[in-house]
Amino acid sequence: MRDVAMVGGNMIKFGRYPDKDVVQLAADATIGALKDAGISINEVEMVASGNLYQSNAMIGQRIMKEIGATGVPVVNVANACATGSTAFREAYLAIASGMYDVALAIGSEQMGKMGLLGAGGGNRDYSTEGVMGTGLMPGVFGQAGVEHMRKYGTKMEHFAKISVKNHKHSVHNPYAQYRKETPLEDVMNARMIAWPNTLLMCCPTGDGAAAAVLMSAEKARQYTTNPVWVAASALTSDPWQERNPTMFDVNTVTRNAAKQAYDQAGLGPEDLTQVELHDCFATAELIHYENLGLCGDGEAGEFIDRGDPCVGGRIPVNASGGLLSKGHPLGATGVANIVEIMWHLRGQAGKRQVENSKVGLAHVIGLGSACTIHIIKK
Amino acid sequence: MTEEPATEKKRNPIVPFLRVPEDPKQEPYLWGSKCKACGSVFLGERIACGKCGDTEPLEEIHLSGDGEIYVFSVVYQTVPGLDAPYVAAIIDLPEGVSIRGNVYGLDPEKPSPEWFGKKVKMYTEKVRTDREGNDVIAAKFRVLN
Repeated sequence: MRDVAMVGGNMIKFGRYPDKDVVQLAADATIGALKDAGISINEVEMVASGNLYQSNAMIGQRIMKEIGATGVPVVNVANACATGSTAFREAYLAIASGMYDVALAIGSEQMGKMGLLGAGGGNRDYSTEGVMGTGLMPGVFGQAGVEHMRKYGTKMEHFAKISVKNHKHSVHNPYAQYRKETPLEDVMNARMIAWPNTLLMCCPTGDGAAAAVLMSAEKARQYTTNPVWVAASALTSDPWQERNPTMFDVNTVTRNAAKQAYDQAGLGPEDLTQVELHDCFATAELIHYENLGLCGDGEAGEFIDRGDPCVGGRIPVNASGGLLSKGHPLGATGVANIVEIMWHLRGQAGKRQVENSKVGLAHVIGLGSACTIHIIKK
Repeated sequence: MTEEPATEKKRNPIVPFLRVPEDPKQEPYLWGSKCKACGSVFLGERIACGKCGDTEPLEEIHLSGDGEIYVFSVVYQTVPGLDAPYVAAIIDLPEGVSIRGNVYGLDPEKPSPEWFGKKVKMYTEKVRTDREGNDVIAAKFRVLN
């Protein structure tokens, strides 16, 4: 496999764009990424487009018709919340395999005020929601956090502190949908959605788009003297586990991906200078501290208590404000968190800059399940 | 005018792994499939074993409905038309498989670590009528004291 350089990246501010369609949002992000790389669409040899709700409607090709339909291969990728990062990985593989020298990954989603995921569709007469447990995301990730409570005595306050941290980070991120600090008492006392996740511990929906330009090392040298490198790209599905799929196992799939990614990069969690991880709910972020090896098993509560994952702390997590602040436009998320890391590695992250960041890890999990981990380094 | 013969109203399970006997005197029960090679248990019917991949037909087993709470959430924000909050648990059954269930007999306003491991027992009830007029039967769980 060949080395893969990330030469360009861009995202739009996440939010709600009722007056635009998703192709326009994606085109906007993509043109910015191409400009950042110093190329035009004519140099792109392969496109991977991630979008969960529009992949059955050829959105990748529709984006190309908007920005330049050059006739190159376009794949439409869907992989739940890991849709964008799986598209990034497809572009990575296209370069790493030696087949192409310039690949484009696009992630986009327009969700508007879509509401609770998992609530819609099917024959309502036979819906089990609220009759035989829950399949709604706040409850599912509530249970995942409650499992940590059961094992280690974690308190609701530990989870709430994660929202405080991420919202504090978001104040400095002009690309975040919400940029408001939320003190601990506000998080704890916000409307309960699914215990222990209150409203301020759940990511909002929204619209977003991001794009990344990847190149072979040789090609990258034509455009930049200073690219960032994709040191690892891991993708796992959930292996058998006794309670899965009754209870989705978001832990094993992440641990397996982390091990693969660290092995591939020849690095360990101690080498990371920052992490963007999948905080769809505050409960999720806490369990992933351990799943990614940022702290030992059972230590996540102390980890957040000490402020280790704060910007300025031992290993900053979600300097962007995370999904809790940005929102989570499914297809956009996985490309955007890699672009965020790229900006930090280049020293272009403005007031939220993680000083002297050299190695960043981007983690996404799509329930059902798919986990991607990318390690990006200078 | 000719009258359509009245079609008989049925009692339909809400999920395939709940079996509702035609004889109303017989209690509905949960059932699953057990892999003959590795012993893994799954809810309802399986084509092959999801753990070891064995393709021999799995053995159908009766699930007792006596279980214990592994973890839970209390859901407040939900789809329209449902009573909330409700206690939504993952319940471990003694046969080695888990099931999602609403648990009754706990105060949803006071979630507590004391709920972990609590013994629960399944019961069934009609939860709604489908568009063809059939009863929809669901499995629910009650805390045993």
